[in-house]
Amino acid sequence: MSTETAEKAIDKKPAEALLSKRRKKLVTDPLVDDNPITIQVLGICSALAVTTQMQPTLVMAISVIFVLVMGNLTISLMRNIIPTRVRIIVQLAVVATLVTLVNEVLKAFAFDMYKELSVFIGLIITNCIIMGRLEAFALGNKPYDSILDGFGSALGYSWIILAVAFFRELWGSGTVFGIPVFDTISGLFGEDFSLATNGLMVSPVGAFIILGLIIWVQRTKTGYVEH
Amino acid sequence: MELVSLAIRSIFIENMVFAYFLGMCSFLAVSKKVSTALGLGAAVIFVLTVTVPVNWLLNEFVLKEGALGFLGETFASVDLSFLRFIMFIAVIAAMVQLVEMVVEKFAPALYGSLGIFLPLIAVNCAILGGSLFMAGRDYTLAEGAVYGFGSGVGFFLAIVALAAIREKLKYSNVPNGLKGLGITMLLTGLMGLAFMSFMGIDL
Repeated sequence: MSTETAEKAIDKKPAEALLSKRRKKLVTDPLVDDNPITIQVLGICSALAVTTQMQPTLVMAISVIFVLVMGNLTISLMRNIIPTRVRIIVQLAVVATLVTLVNEVLKAFAFDMYKELSVFIGLIITNCIIMGRLEAFALGNKPYDSILDGFGSALGYSWIILAVAFFRELWGSGTVFGIPVFDTISGLFGEDFSLATNGLMVSPVGAFIILGLIIWVQRTKTGYVEH
Repeated sequence: MELVSLAIRSIFIENMVFAYFLGMCSFLAVSKKVSTALGLGAAVIFVLTVTVPVNWLLNEFVLKEGALGFLGETFASVDLSFLRFIMFIAVIAAMVQLVEMVVEKFAPALYGSLGIFLPLIAVNCAILGGSLFMAGRDYTLAEGAVYGFGSGVGFFLAIVALAAIREKLKYSNVPNGLKGLGITMLLTGLMGLAFMSFMGIDL
């Protein structure tokens, strides 16, 4: 799946529009039809752990967008000077540097968030989406295309984890971004009416089941069948 | 005794897969057959048991605040812990390479059966996660080694169990959209539910 996009990008014309059809496809394809999580089965490791609340999930999503776009750009700029034999180490070093940067920024400006995400920011290094895009796309394409591709894949990842987090926070804690939704609804109907939260949604089990259901809905819509 | 309870905790209660979602990529990708799951599980146990203590030494004597104190007064206040990610992942990549070479040289049969999985392990989040948890929780060297081994065994159990279920699942009629990843996620959720029963145990 990922090699497909890499091959498509090879036929280039000298002066291409800044947002030509092919380039738009680079961004929009990973959103639904070639989604990194639901179709390519990548990057699930760090995706689920942070999704109990919307806020840390948003921070995680932004971090991944930053790391993937910058990583794709860096590797793409260096693609002609990296010897193939050591490319994995080079990629790991680039990604680890970017993740360290994100980690230090969070530590300095959002310490609570840094504490809450703990090791999971570090685990962006081993997020398979990032290594996958660097390996499959950035190594063989020009910098601008690589930025678009990284942005698209990271967005595809982000909306899935935000969707998982939305349902887990709503059903697990009755809030969205910390705003009490369940309490407000119960308030409208008077004293005797109350919506109960489901503790299972906060536990890891909830994450697996919600993601399983999202995948089911998404694949039924796109008609993708795995054999 | 404390080490035994740490081992049990890391295998069952804080299982890498079911409690922290670590190593999910290979957990989902390599769990189609029991025999391959056994190979990957064994390799993960081995690499985790080796890398966590090695990273402990690195953290204790190079990266921690004041760890370079043995070099002299001027180094006593140096804090290199921001280099943790790069150093840990470098150690893991190097250890995996080393393990691969050693196994190839001294146990060619084992190398044949593990072959493809060994290099894959370098980017398994469970390995890096093990080292980061070790550093975050201030384990001692012995605790780190036990923790590495225990979480490896936990991963091994989870992936072999899932592979066994998926082998049986081949004969059932799963809705089209759920085939593959979807049903596997739901299965993992149900297995996680079973593992949650360990959470009540207080060690």
